[in-house]
Formats: sequence, structure tokens, C-alpha cells
Amino acid sequence: MLGKLDWSAIPFDQPIPLIAGGVVLAGILAVLIWVVVKGHLPYLWHEWITSVDHKRIGVMYILLASVMLLRGGSDAIMMRIQQAIAYQSQGYLPPEHYNQIFSAHGTIMIFFVAMPFVIGLMNLVVPLQLGVRDVAFPTLNSVGFWLTATGALLVNLSLVIGEFARTGWLAFPPLSELSYSPGVGVDYYAWSLQISGVGTLVAGINLVTTVLKLRTKGMNYLRMPMFCWTTLASNLLIVAAFPILTATLAMLLLDRYLGFHFFTNEAGGNVMMFMNLIWAWGHPEVYILVLPAFGIYSEVVSTFSSKPLFGYRSMVLATMAICIISFMVWLHHFFTMGAGPDVNAIFGIASMIIAVPTGVKIYNWLFTMYGGRIRFATPMLWSVGFMVTFIIGGLTGVLVAVPPADFMLHNSMFLVAHFHNVIIGGVLFAAFAGFEYWFPKAFGFRLDERWGKVGFWFTFIGFWVTFMPLYVVGMLGMTRRMQHYDVAEWRPWMLVAAFGMLLLTIGVLAQITQVVVSVRNREALRDRTGDPWDGRSLEWATSSPPPVFNFAFYPDVRGEDAYWALKQHAQEQQLGDHSGPEYQDIEMPRNSPTGFVCAFFATVMGFALIWHIWWMVILGGVGAFATFVVFAWRDHDEYVIPAAEVERIDRINVEERRNLVSLAGTL
Amino acid sequence: MTMTATLGHAHADPHHIGRAAEHPGPAPKRIVTAYGFWVFLLSDIVMFSCFFAAYAVLSGQTAGGPKGSEIFDQRNVAIETVCLLLSSFTCGMASVAADVRNRFWFYLGMAVTCVLGLIFLAIEFKEFADLVGRGYGPSRSAFLTAFFSLVGCHGLHVSAGVLWLLTMMAQVFAKGFRADVLRRMMCFALFWHALDIIWVGVFSVVYLLGGGA
Repeated sequence: MLGKLDWSAIPFDQPIPLIAGGVVLAGILAVLIWVVVKGHLPYLWHEWITSVDHKRIGVMYILLASVMLLRGGSDAIMMRIQQAIAYQSQGYLPPEHYNQIFSAHGTIMIFFVAMPFVIGLMNLVVPLQLGVRDVAFPTLNSVGFWLTATGALLVNLSLVIGEFARTGWLAFPPLSELSYSPGVGVDYYAWSLQISGVGTLVAGINLVTTVLKLRTKGMNYLRMPMFCWTTLASNLLIVAAFPILTATLAMLLLDRYLGFHFFTNEAGGNVMMFMNLIWAWGHPEVYILVLPAFGIYSEVVSTFSSKPLFGYRSMVLATMAICIISFMVWLHHFFTMGAGPDVNAIFGIASMIIAVPTGVKIYNWLFTMYGGRIRFATPMLWSVGFMVTFIIGGLTGVLVAVPPADFMLHNSMFLVAHFHNVIIGGVLFAAFAGFEYWFPKAFGFRLDERWGKVGFWFTFIGFWVTFMPLYVVGMLGMTRRMQHYDVAEWRPWMLVAAFGMLLLTIGVLAQITQVVVSVRNREALRDRTGDPWDGRSLEWATSSPPPVFNFAFYPDVRGEDAYWALKQHAQEQQLGDHSGPEYQDIEMPRNSPTGFVCAFFATVMGFALIWHIWWMVILGGVGAFATFVVFAWRDHDEYVIPAAEVERIDRINVEERRNLVSLAGTL
Repeated sequence: MTMTATLGHAHADPHHIGRAAEHPGPAPKRIVTAYGFWVFLLSDIVMFSCFFAAYAVLSGQTAGGPKGSEIFDQRNVAIETVCLLLSSFTCGMASVAADVRNRFWFYLGMAVTCVLGLIFLAIEFKEFADLVGRGYGPSRSAFLTAFFSLVGCHGLHVSAGVLWLLTMMAQVFAKGFRADVLRRMMCFALFWHALDIIWVGVFSVVYLLGGGA
């Protein structure tokens, strides 16, 4: 009846996951009770859960990523403490638990922190920058988000029901095959990634179509803000790479569930095929994450230097070059496979070549700052901190791209330091920069600068103190994923790293404080004009937060930095009377619970698949299909905002902007 | 202020590359939908390419089990291929009928497409059942694993297509040729034709190349 599920799945004998799970469960229950008692449920349901507004969905993606960052961060803290005390002792985490923690940490940080954070920012910002009213497929957008949330839910469920994978974040066979991992851990891993992978693919298709087919008048390709370009590149990579992950995990699941022989040791299975397939997805994946990050830095550096982006066209070229070359370097993840010197040399050279367009970008940012009037607001601090940090990470990357050096450093802590160097310094710093930069746009008030800077400095310094020692122990021969060790030379470095983790934790707490303080002082921090940073692209041309239709009129773009040009023009003209075209009715897509209901059935189905509860699998599948049929059957998918209402909303913002311009005129 | 203004001006498209054609604005819904679905189809083809690659890697790994030439029945495959190619034609007829809003020919075209799809699935199912019955199931060898997965993945797509087809017929019956129904019909037709193209690949790589060896 319940497949493999029984009471032994609850880890009553292990206090740590049980208590952690209990605390999380109590937290969720408390929030739910508060929402219901305070009567917020209808608001939450109508305005957020069923919303198909790209801005709302973007905010929910970022919220999901932030919550999961705390979960993944807790794992990181536990690992750093374990390695700090597990010198000639077992530490406080038993091996099977420690292995689950590092697997969960990697899986969560990549799939449920970095991915939703960048997809959330793209969702929030790109339609605004393109000057349009929504993404190409609003309801699918909601489906994509909720499927991602399903994946995150399943991963967290493994904390209290059953176990998570002990195989590392990519579940290499043969360890991940049924004979070596008979538990449900790998199944939790694979099904949550399959389900959230569908969500990611949907988001990718949606954003590619949005950028290529939905742009306002005059928004030619070479006038798009840099973030739109990197979004395009990143989502092209999603569309081309995520199906590989889906296929690879499907093969692994077929091996585990139906006794197939894709990656087994017996009957002709080929383990190295898994490595090739997973990294053919995995390497483009790192560019899926870092390209939007580059886009964020481009926007921030240009805005806070009050200058157009230096070398815009070379930046576009570099972005698209990275997009293509990223598919030609995957083998550098396993030089030690023994493919031979010629193959290794080709992939080593390709890996070094990809550093060239990245270098072009770094120089472009530096030259953008050169001669500019730089304002060191928090987003700019993150960007400059990124440049310093990412160059080191990039250089160590070029180092391990040399096959002979890689043979020495493969699977060592040096590698761990390298990829944290580029992912934290590249992607996470960008996520924070984008968060600070676009927060006023999303919510209508700025974030507290003082706490933002405290957060930056603790995170920045904490990062260096945590990860530089890992380079050193890597050089001293320490391999990754060690539950305990007996080498005295490593010990001091692990203690330093643990101290760095403390600084990082303070950084995160400072950022949480920043949000709380800013919400309290929101009246003082209010952004009335919609343009708090003297911005250059179209998202700043509408109010903060933007009305549901984003723009009363499709903006007419005449060049790069569309909004900057508009402001220049307005100042010359002294922004006379509003003599634009008449306001018109606007049609917007209606809200739909399709995404939420679909994800509910996907959760049921995923859980049932993990525990082999076959009747429930069928129930979930039929439910998901029925949801789509019901959606397809509805008769009205749009509603109309009357012209008078559009005018009323738009006039308020136009008035605020006029005040600003006349003030600037008197100065 | 003058300086930034000059900079901004100097930067704005000095070679008039972007001026060649002003972008006209957001595309109409029909274009957007079809475009998005094409992008999905490309991603689906990428997924199939993984199974093709796996088949290419594992096709020699028979582990003492049968080779392709010992288990493939060219006559069955020929019938399957004819069914699927014909169904693409009838699906095209249904699309044309939908565009001119002719219910009779639409239902007829879709029904014939459905029957041909079901015949294809029945033959494939029989082939699979036959192999499993002889002890040549997917767990027998890595070659059979790859064979069952690649061909089965295509079969699953055809099954999903048949389900979609029936839903489309029901929707036209209930809602008529509404704009959104027509857009879905267009996506369905694209999907069905794409499956045909993939079958040509499966037919060539698995049955033709494997049959002779």
C-alpha cells in the first residue's frame, strides 16, 4: 500500500536531522497559522500564489532562493565545524550523515539557490528592460516556478522522511547505482532534480521567446541592455543543456528502477558515459549561472559610474562566444579519465580559450569605471568585490585547465576552493548586487545602505578567510569530502576556514537585518519616482513597484541606454505638458492556480515514485494532466484594465517624475 | 552633464548598424506561441540526442546476448515507418482543415492520424513484448538497455501525442476553432511532425545500421 515507506523512514535515532526537521516544520506551521489567523490567506492566494505577473513570480523565485540559501548555508556551517574538529577524531557527524550533508549542500546551492535566484532576477527585470508588459507565456512561467518549489520541497522532505543521497551533488555511478546505494537517497535526489528541471526548462523556453519575440518598438538587438543579452545567452544554454540532465538522470533512474544497464559495472554498462553526459550539461550549467551574473554587473557598473557600458558590442560578442564555447570544455572535469594526451590537450586549450572573452568582460567593466563618476552604493561594492575575487577564481581555473596540473589537483580541496571562488565571487555576489539594485523596483523602497555595507564587508572578508585556506590544504594534498583526517599540517587551515565561516554567517545575518530595518523604515526609504539610482535602462522608466501592466504605452526606443536618452531629451525639452497619445484599454492575462495545482500533483507523484507507491504515482500523473485540461478549457484568459484606470495610475508617476525634473532644473 | 551627454551621444550607434531596420515591437501571439514551441522541440531533440549517443556507445555491448541483426524484423519496422509517415500526412490534412474551419475533415484527419499512431504503437509494443518473452529484455545487456530506451522514448512521445490528439479533438468539439485552440493545434502538428523526423533517425541508426551488421 505504501511501497517502501514505513516508520523506520523517520530518523528517530538521529537527533540532528530530527531536531532540524522539527524546527523547520514548526516554523512553517507557525507561518501558516499566522497567515490564516490574520486573514492573509485570500491575499496570498489571489495576489501571489495564483499570480502570473512576471514581477511577482520573480519575487517568489528570489524568496525561494533566499530560504534555501539558509538551508544550504546551515549545511556549510556544519561541514566547516566538522572538518575543524575532526582531526584525529570522528568529529560530531557520523560519516553517513556527513556524506548526506555535502551532497545536499551542493545540490541545494546550485539547483535551489543559484538557479532560482538568477531566474528570479531575470523574470523580474527582463520584461521591464525590454519595455513590454509580460513574458511570452505567463501561466507556464507560474508552472515553472512551482515545479522548482516542488523540487526544493522534496529535497527538504528527505531530511525527516528517509535520507538524502550520500553520493555527492552529481551522484556518480556506480556509487549511485542500486547495488551501492540501495536507500531512497539517490531517488530523492534524482526525482527532485527531474521535476525542478522541467520547471527550469519551461523558464528557459519562456525567457528565450520573450527576448527574441517580445521587445518594444525600436528595441533592436544591439540596443538591448546587457542583462537582456546575458539572459538570452543563459536561457539558450538552459534549453540546450537541461534536456541532457533530464536524459542522464532518466538513464540513472532506469538503471535503479528497472534494472537497465546504462552505467552499471556489469552487462556492458559504461560508467564514463555518465561522466560525459552529466558534464555535457554540467559545464554549460556554470555559464547558465554566471552569464546572468555578468549581466547584472554590467548594469550596476554602468549605472553607478554614470557612463554607458564600455565596449557594448565586444561585451555582446564575448557573451555569445562564451555561450558557444561553454559546450566544448566539459571533458576538463575528468582529465584523469585517461582519454589520452591529444583529447586532454584539446579540452585544456578550449578551457583556456574561454577565459579570453571573460577577460574581455573584466576589462570592459574596468574601462566603464575609468573616468566615470563612481558612486559606491552597496550594489557597486558587490560588483567591485566581484572583480577582485573572480579574477583569482578565474586564474586558478586556468591553472586546473592545464591537464598535468589537474592530475595533481583533481578532486582536492584546491578544486573546492576554485569553484567556490567563482560561484560565490561570481554568482552569489551578483545575486546580492542585483537584489540591492532592483529591490526598490520590486517593492518601492530602497534597502538600508549601512546594514547593506556591513553585510558586504563581512561576506567579502569572510569569503577570503574561508576559502583561501582551502587552496592551501589542497596544495598540501587534502582531498575533498573528508569526514575526518590525521594530517597535522591541515589542521590550522581548517580552523581558519571555520573562523571565516563565522564571518560569512555574520554577513548573512547583517543582510537579514538590513531587510528588516528597511521594511521598518520604508517610508523614509520610499522611491517615489521609480528611478532611485539615476538608471539607464527602461525598468527605471516606470514607477516602483511598477503597475501590473508595467508601461501605459510601449516605450519607443531610439538607441542604447533607452531611458538615459529619454531623460536627456526630457531635460532639454523641460518636459512640457503631457502630449502623448490617448490612454487605451490594456489586456492582461488572468491569474491561474494551474501552476500551484500542477506542482501539488507533481509533489505527490515525486514522493510516490521515491517510495514506490505506484497507485499514488498514477494519481499524481492523472491529476497533473487533468489540471492542464481544465486550464485549456477556460473561456476567458485575459481581463481588461480600462483606459481611465491606466491613466489614473500612470498620472501619479508622471507627476512625481515631473517634480524631479523641475527640481533638477533649478539646481 | 555636458560631458555625459556627449559621451552618450557619441556612443549611440556610430556606424548606424542598428538603424538598418527599427524593431516593430512585440510579435503577435500566434508567432510567439509557435516560436516558443519550436524552442521546446529543439530541446526535446537534444534529449533524444542523448539517447542516440548512449545507443551509439552501447550498441556493441551485447554481453553475450543477441546482436541487433538477430532481433530486428525489417518487415515490422517497414510497416511502422509507413504508418508514421502517413500519419504525418493526415495530420497535415487535419491542420489544413482546422485553418479553413472545416469540422468534418478535421475530425477525419485527426481520427486517421490517431488510428495510424495506435497501429504504430501496437506493433512496437508487440516487438517489445516479444523480445522480453524471449528473455531479451532491457536488463539482458547494455545494448538492449540502449535499444529499449531510445525506441521506447520515442514510443512514449507518440503515446503522449495520441493523448494530446484526443484532447485536441475534444477541445474542438467543445470550443470550436477558437484562436487559442488553433494555436494549440498548430503546436500539436509541429510535435507530431517532429516525432516523425526523430523516427527517421531511429529507423536509420537503429534498424538500418544495426540490421545489416
